[in-house]
Amino acid sequence: MLHTLLKSIQKSTRTFSGGIDPEMSKITAAAAIATSMQPQLYILPIKQHIGEACEPIVSVGDHVKWGQKIARSQGYVSVPVHSPTSGKVVKIEEHATPHPSGMGLPSIFIEPDGKDTRDKSLKPIKAYRDTDPTELRERLRLCGIAGLGGAVFPTFIKLLKDNRNPIETLILNGIECEPYLTNDHRLMIEKAKEIIIGIDIIMHMVGAKKAIIAIEDNKPNALEMMQETLEILSESFPDSTRIEVCQLPTRYPQGSEKQLIEVLTGKQVPAGKLPMHIGVICQNVGTSKAIHDAIIKGRPLTERIVTVSGDAVPRPGNMRVRLGTPMRFVFAQHGLETFDHVHLLHGGPMMGEKLKNADVPVVKSTNGLLAMHSTSMKEAHKSEQPCIRCGHCGVVCPVSLVPNLLADQCRNKQFEKAESYDLFDCIECGACSYVCPSNIPLVHYFRYGKGQLAQIGREQNFAHASKQRSEHRDDRIAREKEEKAAKRRVVREKHVAKADDDKTSAGKPDHDKTADHKTADEKKPKTTDKTIQKDKPSPKSPPGKASSGKVSS
Amino acid sequence: MIHLSSPHMHGGDSIRMTMLSVIFALLPATIVSVYLFGWLAFLLITISMVTCLITEFISLRLMGRSASPIGDGSAALTGLLLALTLPAYLPWWMVILASVMAILLGKQLYGGLGYNLFNPALAARVILLISFPLNMTAWIIPMHVGTPVIDLYDFNACLNLLIFGPESLNRALDAITMASPLGHIKTEWSQGISVTNALRSYDYSYLDAFLGREAGSIGETSALALLLGGIYMLARHTISWHIPFTYLATVLILAAVFNLIDPAHYAPPLFHLLAGGLMLCAFFMATDPVSSPVTPMGQIVFGVGCGVLTWSIRTYGGYPEGAMFAVILMNCTVPLIDHYCRPRVYGR
Amino acid sequence: MTYLLTTTAAFGAFTLFFAVILAIAGRVFKIEGNPIADNIESLLPQTQCGQCGFPGCKPYAGAVASGEAEVNQCVPGGERTMLQIADLMGVEPKTVEDEATAPMIAFVREDECIGCTLCIKACPVDAIVGAPKQYHTVITEHCTGCTLCVEPCPVDCIDMLIKPELLEHWSWPLPDTHRAQLAIERKGQHASHTS
Repeated sequence: MLHTLLKSIQKSTRTFSGGIDPEMSKITAAAAIATSMQPQLYILPIKQHIGEACEPIVSVGDHVKWGQKIARSQGYVSVPVHSPTSGKVVKIEEHATPHPSGMGLPSIFIEPDGKDTRDKSLKPIKAYRDTDPTELRERLRLCGIAGLGGAVFPTFIKLLKDNRNPIETLILNGIECEPYLTNDHRLMIEKAKEIIIGIDIIMHMVGAKKAIIAIEDNKPNALEMMQETLEILSESFPDSTRIEVCQLPTRYPQGSEKQLIEVLTGKQVPAGKLPMHIGVICQNVGTSKAIHDAIIKGRPLTERIVTVSGDAVPRPGNMRVRLGTPMRFVFAQHGLETFDHVHLLHGGPMMGEKLKNADVPVVKSTNGLLAMHSTSMKEAHKSEQPCIRCGHCGVVCPVSLVPNLLADQCRNKQFEKAESYDLFDCIECGACSYVCPSNIPLVHYFRYGKGQLAQIGREQNFAHASKQRSEHRDDRIAREKEEKAAKRRVVREKHVAKADDDKTSAGKPDHDKTADHKTADEKKPKTTDKTIQKDKPSPKSPPGKASSGKVSS
Repeated sequence: MIHLSSPHMHGGDSIRMTMLSVIFALLPATIVSVYLFGWLAFLLITISMVTCLITEFISLRLMGRSASPIGDGSAALTGLLLALTLPAYLPWWMVILASVMAILLGKQLYGGLGYNLFNPALAARVILLISFPLNMTAWIIPMHVGTPVIDLYDFNACLNLLIFGPESLNRALDAITMASPLGHIKTEWSQGISVTNALRSYDYSYLDAFLGREAGSIGETSALALLLGGIYMLARHTISWHIPFTYLATVLILAAVFNLIDPAHYAPPLFHLLAGGLMLCAFFMATDPVSSPVTPMGQIVFGVGCGVLTWSIRTYGGYPEGAMFAVILMNCTVPLIDHYCRPRVYGR
Repeated sequence: MTYLLTTTAAFGAFTLFFAVILAIAGRVFKIEGNPIADNIESLLPQTQCGQCGFPGCKPYAGAVASGEAEVNQCVPGGERTMLQIADLMGVEPKTVEDEATAPMIAFVREDECIGCTLCIKACPVDAIVGAPKQYHTVITEHCTGCTLCVEPCPVDCIDMLIKPELLEHWSWPLPDTHRAQLAIERKGQHASHTS
């Protein structure tokens, strides 16, 4: 009793509002990271990050090396894709990706030659502290580093030294609050040194004054390992005193960037702003390790740690998997061969997505692959009952929304109202659905609402653009008509003048002639505007030529 | 099963669990009611609960819906709550009428569980109070309080009373009833007797009121039993502290302030706290999730509103007790409260 | 009697007073153009397809505003647009008879195109590029799928294709639960007994 009271007081001192304590089921916490075998075929979607898709720069039949860039980024929010092994490009075609829609993306298929010859074009930068941050930043972009916590936002964009927003604190996210997932946990135990060097690189890049490694209290061995490594490194490493390891009580969704920032700094990221605007940046431990590899070893991101777990996996574990490895192959190495009555999840059970089948590749966002029995999935997705307005969803909401009202609005298609109730501030953590006694799929309603709002916005933009184009066209047609009428007037005046000069000719036929001109003009298709497109104002057609031609005929 | 959005885990909470935990929290009050009013209370509760369940079943069927929600315990809870707010003796058909009203008018006509504007049990009780004011304010003298006129532990006597009325026992209704403390001070005040004198003439004792040895509705006499249930629900997070705390605190503060100004007119705060249905309303009626606000801020506003209304109706209104009117009135304001009392969203 | 007179006089004075105020307000706050037609036009999808029987979105909006057209004639806008217009006009919603097809785009089979530019002139949103005797092509991002270009083509080389769905534009459907389905059913029933 006293213990729980103390614990709750301790929690109230350093926490975010809301949150839940789900069953953690970290059954793979003690399983050392194994290395996956080579599959027969790697499948690399051209977009594995948030942002614009890449463009393949290899063609079928090309031989590629391990780490060679095979698709280049297009646009700013984009990072390239690299080959996970040496081998031959066998085809480039659309293939399903780990996405809830089950839709595909153009993907590059690589058949390994088994030699794993590395591409050595990127030189290691050992003396990173003497290197300009912009150069390091470009290196991270070239190496395809994106946030490995699951959001896969291109990392180089965040690591910007900006004097308007000086970075005070670097937060290293080792929270891993999702149940089942242990990939960050194992990485902290096995690659503590690399992670800390990665931190030092980031601190050098953004000029951060201090760094906090945040770890939840259900991973005491990771915490110890990080502290020990810091101590060992402190001899050769003067800056290690600015790195602090911080233990936090276990609570979901503490690993969410904004919530973690609130816990550690007491500040909230204002709506519509980024963490860097309050002097904080947040990086996942896996990303830190990848940054280390990219700078110190000159290796692009071609592999990541994946937790393979769930109650349907015979031998759950953690595995270092090369990107592009088919998930079926990964599951097979953990003893799961048939997928009858098994549901596959990409990511953790709280925020991960259900996969249609196992024939999708591991991508940069794959932090976990879970296989759950149908029965346990059914337990989680019971049929929806009416809301009894108990308010538990609002209590656990980490961003203090009123989820039950929002869900009603989304269900009844009152999307504008839902937006005014801050629908877009929802982080889709799933805490509300988790506690709902009526089993309402609240997050699903929010996703539906967000999607519909986005669709409405796109349609409105398109309608607006179409309207403008249509108006431009109407204006142009009207203008051309006017110009022609003006030309005709000029010609007619000349004509009349001529007639007056002649005087002798009869007036009647002349009049008929002008009427003919008019009808001919209306009937004849305008030939001058054929090439005019878009908003381009029509080049004024040379009046003299066209009209004189007509008149002379 | 094509598109299943995350999360793929659930905490295991359910409507049935919520309802059952409220019913469990009402156990102490129920036991006290049977202890005080014997078989009369038992029969009342049974009739009410059974009628509620049957009405729910029939109305669900009439609407062509599945009758499975009957198992969620909400109708049973409504029946129990309704019974606990009724006086020990009511003609049997009134009990049935009230139960049918509670489910039909209070709940199903709004669209069933989750859609009702008012607390069904309270709505039915208010309908009954307005329709049959005499019966609804005739409080049977409980056992263990003074000398009982009829033995409420005698099953046959109770059954007779319930079915054939007090005449069957050769008693007038007046002879087996007494005034509740709230009713007593109200009538005395109307005759020009001060509250202090009225309490003295009633032989009022705070301890008796706390333990429940006084006249009143069967479930609301014992503040202790209700408090136990309330604490249980608070501990289980079935309800949050916002409504009961602010409700009771508002009544206490208002009563204390006015009692200090004029003790002859305004009853003391503790009297208000322990009297009538305040405790039952604060812990079980006002906290009914469906008809109360969802946001913490809204719940505080709701609680304060209930408190102000309760005290005002008790002090200035025509009825001696105002708690259920207060809750019903505040129920109307819930959509408005919910709209304006939303919490500040992260980062805004 | 005096009461009656004073009351009548007082009310008469009030009426006159407010009539004057209204008359002045009507002059001072007069809005040029037809704001209702503009508001309706802003609700229309601007495909300029003419499926409503009017030569574009603006004429249709004007016709609805002046009561010449019904609110349910915009096919691509579908039920949502109809409801919005009905709401704006304060009239009962009507069912949209023609079901809108999936979003389409025009596609010119370039090897068959003779470069006549007829389709370019037909396109209401200038979404086809090309020059005389040159292949024409459709700018897919700008095509509204109105099909107005199909008919003028002398060699029938324009196809209407279903607009490809983009992964980025995919959105979650309404949850497949009984309660969500019930909401859709009730909405359908509501629409059927109001029309």
